[in-house]
Amino acid sequence: MTKPLLTVEGLVKRYGEHTVLNGLDLTVREGEVVVIVGPSGCGKSTLLRCINALEPIQSGAVRLEVAPISRESRDLPALRQKVGMVFQSYELFPHLTVLDNVTLAPRKAQKRPRAEAEREALALLERVGLADRARDYPRQLSGGQKQRVAIVRALVMHPQVLLFDEVTAALDPEMVREVLDVLLDLARQGRTMLIVTIEMNFARAVADRVIFLDGGTIVEEAPPEEFFDHPKTPRAQKFLNTFTFDAVKRPHPSSLADPTT
Amino acid sequence: MSIAVLRDYLPLFARSALLTVRLGALGILLAVLVGVLCSAAQYFRLPVLQQLSAVYIELSRNTPLLVQLFFLYYGLPKLGIRTDPAVCGVAGLAFLGGSYMAEAFRSGLEAVDRVQLESALSLGLTNAQAMGSVILPQALSISMPALVANVIFLLKETSVFSAVSLMDLMFTAKDLIGLHYNTVESLTLLVVFYLLILLPISILGSLVERRLRYAGSGT
Repeated sequence: MTKPLLTVEGLVKRYGEHTVLNGLDLTVREGEVVVIVGPSGCGKSTLLRCINALEPIQSGAVRLEVAPISRESRDLPALRQKVGMVFQSYELFPHLTVLDNVTLAPRKAQKRPRAEAEREALALLERVGLADRARDYPRQLSGGQKQRVAIVRALVMHPQVLLFDEVTAALDPEMVREVLDVLLDLARQGRTMLIVTIEMNFARAVADRVIFLDGGTIVEEAPPEEFFDHPKTPRAQKFLNTFTFDAVKRPHPSSLADPTT
Repeated sequence: MSIAVLRDYLPLFARSALLTVRLGALGILLAVLVGVLCSAAQYFRLPVLQQLSAVYIELSRNTPLLVQLFFLYYGLPKLGIRTDPAVCGVAGLAFLGGSYMAEAFRSGLEAVDRVQLESALSLGLTNAQAMGSVILPQALSISMPALVANVIFLLKETSVFSAVSLMDLMFTAKDLIGLHYNTVESLTLLVVFYLLILLPISILGSLVERRLRYAGSGT
């Protein structure tokens, strides 16, 4: 078993009276791909936002190896460099070209020389099939291309762990695949990833472990085959049922019309 | 209209145009500074400063420049603070313009989605780096039309400077009309000089706006 890389302990997040995360514990080990699923509003995205301290939390702790990540951490920018995050809405910087989007943080935050940062950026863009779009602006790209650039922008920082927040939810169906392929490629490279997604088939394919979140706590946690084929808790069963239509499928018209049966 | 009169008046108008531009530029520069500070207080929701700047903005925007100038020129000496007309003019323009600039900057900042800031922070940029490289360039591009409009508006407002005995363009025109009744020549030169100052700014402003209209939006 590899060592724990990311640890979440007793995380409590409230918005006013509303408790979103209620004492959540989670450990992600090095090289592990953990997929978080759950109904809308269960706190999946909030969890990711708490992990890199974009949200203030009410109690609990988040640690990268041994270093606590919190809004009070003095070296928070340095810690965030090690935690890559990709947003549902891409959040590329519209005033910068693709190449500048990718090299901004390496140059400003890591003080890397422009030439070196650009060399790596171009190599990564090549890997996701976008090297020829390096001089374009974000608005000239499709959603799927933008999201691939956003992934490269996170990768170029050499993060120890990557957080993906419903990165295909805003995409047209035919663009979902090109982004998921990039994520599958990263999984094959042995990257540590925490993925929030609503793509159940993808979750089954990529996950080492699936976490089902509901009501601000982990309700079920299992390897993907076990979770998807034999969910243990009624809540997970009910959730997974919403993705199938067998129960409401109408009989085929021909079987009704056949008088001999 | 007499060409000879125009020629005679030209140096007088040129000199007062210089005063208009000099005091106007200084006042606008200070107004931009005040505007940046006020909008920053509001964007970062700094306690106390945020409320103070809100009060200032309402006070400044809802009183005429002439009244503000009179207050500075006649009011301050009563409190034992001696001011000369030029200082009054610049201070008045900065006081009026600061609120307009603050509102222009604020609208630009608010138009940039907060998740852009989060996106920059999550890459490991510091707050200052995120503001400087990600938020401000976008905000400035959005604010630019309002900022240019403010500069033109404030330069035109300098025409009330004559009320506190500053020899600006308006003062010179009124003075010459009173002395020689050459109304047509004086008013013609007045209009020409205002256009000479403002038209280049207007054109330059449009160019800058176009230059800063960053490859559209769309993140």
